Amino acid sequence: MSIRLYVSRDAGALAVGADEVALALEQAAAKRGVAVEIVRTGSRGLYWLEPLVEVATPQGRIAFGPVTETDVPSLLDALASNTPHLVRLGATDQIPWLKRQTRLTFARCGVIDPRSLDDYRAHGGYKGLERALSLGSDAILTEVTASGLRGRGGAGFPTGIKWKTVAQAKADRKFIVCNADEGDSGTFADRMIMEGDPFLVIEGMTIAGITVGATKGYIYIRSEYPHAVEAMNAAIQAAKRGGYLGANIGGSTYSFDLEVRVGAGAYVCGEETSLLESLEGRRGLVRAKPPLPAHHGLFGKPTVINNVLSFAAIPFILAEGAKAYADFGMGRSRGTMPIQLAGNIRHGGLFETAFGVTLGELVDDIGGGTFTGRPIRAVQVGGPLGAYFPRALFDTPFDYEAFAARDGLIGHGGIVVFDDSVDMRKQARFAMEFCAIESCGKCTPCRIGSTRGVETIEKIINGERVSENLALVEDLCNTMKFGSLCALGGFTPYPVLSALKHFREDFIPAPTTLQAAE
Amino acid sequence: MTAVYEPWDETRGAEIIAEHSKQEGATLVMLHALQDAFGYVPAAAIPMVAHALNLSRAEVHGVFTFYHDFRHKPAGRHVLKLCRAEACQAAGGDALAARAEAKLGVSLGHTTADDRVTLEPIYCLGLCATAPSAMLDGRLIGRLDEKRIDALVAEAQR
Repeated sequence: MSIRLYVSRDAGALAVGADEVALALEQAAAKRGVAVEIVRTGSRGLYWLEPLVEVATPQGRIAFGPVTETDVPSLLDALASNTPHLVRLGATDQIPWLKRQTRLTFARCGVIDPRSLDDYRAHGGYKGLERALSLGSDAILTEVTASGLRGRGGAGFPTGIKWKTVAQAKADRKFIVCNADEGDSGTFADRMIMEGDPFLVIEGMTIAGITVGATKGYIYIRSEYPHAVEAMNAAIQAAKRGGYLGANIGGSTYSFDLEVRVGAGAYVCGEETSLLESLEGRRGLVRAKPPLPAHHGLFGKPTVINNVLSFAAIPFILAEGAKAYADFGMGRSRGTMPIQLAGNIRHGGLFETAFGVTLGELVDDIGGGTFTGRPIRAVQVGGPLGAYFPRALFDTPFDYEAFAARDGLIGHGGIVVFDDSVDMRKQARFAMEFCAIESCGKCTPCRIGSTRGVETIEKIINGERVSENLALVEDLCNTMKFGSLCALGGFTPYPVLSALKHFREDFIPAPTTLQAAE
Repeated sequence: MTAVYEPWDETRGAEIIAEHSKQEGATLVMLHALQDAFGYVPAAAIPMVAHALNLSRAEVHGVFTFYHDFRHKPAGRHVLKLCRAEACQAAGGDALAARAEAKLGVSLGHTTADDRVTLEPIYCLGLCATAPSAMLDGRLIGRLDEKRIDALVAEAQR
């Protein structure tokens, strides 16, 4: 009898040795004359347990992790004799970290073989498209709007309204663009879903195409994600062969085609208008809005541009109905958010849950505190443009409005934890430095402001006229915030100002200077 | 594994460009394809891309210089990219980057004098839950510590 094993092929698992473990399993099994079938899945998102090895049993999957090459012989022994093992975790779906989640978008990630269209369909894939085809454009729009889904890229714009605008626009051609330029540090949900369940993204984009009358879509993936590029390309080919892309998709009268385009290392291209410029083959200079991409987008045509996670949420909404999605969440933040726990954290990974969970629950309870074992001092939420929150704000619920009310943002759902060794002056300087490196150069507040910001924070670090320079930085931040064309210059002040406000003690060196400053 | 690149050849360059001439807005696609083949984008290829896309040389040069990925000369035999973004900083990435710089005798963004190693910063590999992370010639490495960074540097220097 053949034993079926599951080992992730996710980039995060590969980085900690998943390929080596898979190879060792294969070789050790062959040596013992045991027949094994190793299925390479996406990641379950429990990264501290990667490489995770799962074994199919009549009672469901049993997990082992983290597994090293040297664990392999004893692991096979334990399997053969059904005895305990040091890294045996028990039934995968009973692992508390996984059991506590509400996986709507990531339900299949880590479970199925991402290269197999059959596996996708066997696990409920393409049910959303099926229902969408039977509903037609107007009814799909009603569903998407009723689900309350908001853009998961960070801006939180209602997806239903965006789609409706494009559906109503008159044009000879329309486009669907998937923003997979996931450049925020601390985020990896797009990467995981593209590598672990790529057909889900394709299905979501196809539904968008049917809804608004677009026949061509582009997925713009950053070049730092070669594994995601490969996975998406393979899935697109498989979907074409299976009749799910191309002419007459799923046997209908609709046509829809997809193409992957690869970025070239510019962070600003995650901004939607910059991304469109890049897709058109130009420098990623931000466009002024209006006109909105919904009216005047790719190649000047009406375009739906959404984040990977927005498209990935669509199949569930169509398959199970808007209410099933909207029943989760709080206030105007409906449904679930795939939250990413990262940085100096004990239990890092992907935690999909309904909106409303507090920051403290996420980092202390779910995340288990820091990896180094030192106290958490600061948490940056929402990537390089997100605010640093101190422990005093850990009661903030994960919700678009609640974070905005405290001068922060949830962005793409990335949470980076820092322990008490962090120097917030350095973090503030880095925010400006990163903006200076990545600024597209189109507007002055961002292009010049970020460089002046680095210089001024340098002076503060060197103890030069600290109080005056602090005032100058605050003033500069306001100019950038209100005067920049896009979120790069406009949001860089969030990490800087939050560092100044919540961690003031780091910026004011000695008590004598403190008196002078006050 | 070191990537093997072809030496620059105009006919081969023209072929690569022609393969993508039917794609809309193909500037980046062509530049990527050229760099994948030759390891960099030779200056002679810029006017060829411009001609294929009916753009000015200045426009293509502008695109080429805007994006961090494109190289105007070949990199060292090995390329070691260290993630320098916040999640890796939080996990001790600063000290590891400084260690790699000291061992190689070059700062980030530079190539060693013997052309063996190009050391580069990268802003996020999406391995933020197994930080700090790096990429050596396309291979990903997470949970870096002093021992692992030393091994990576040694491997790159071979």
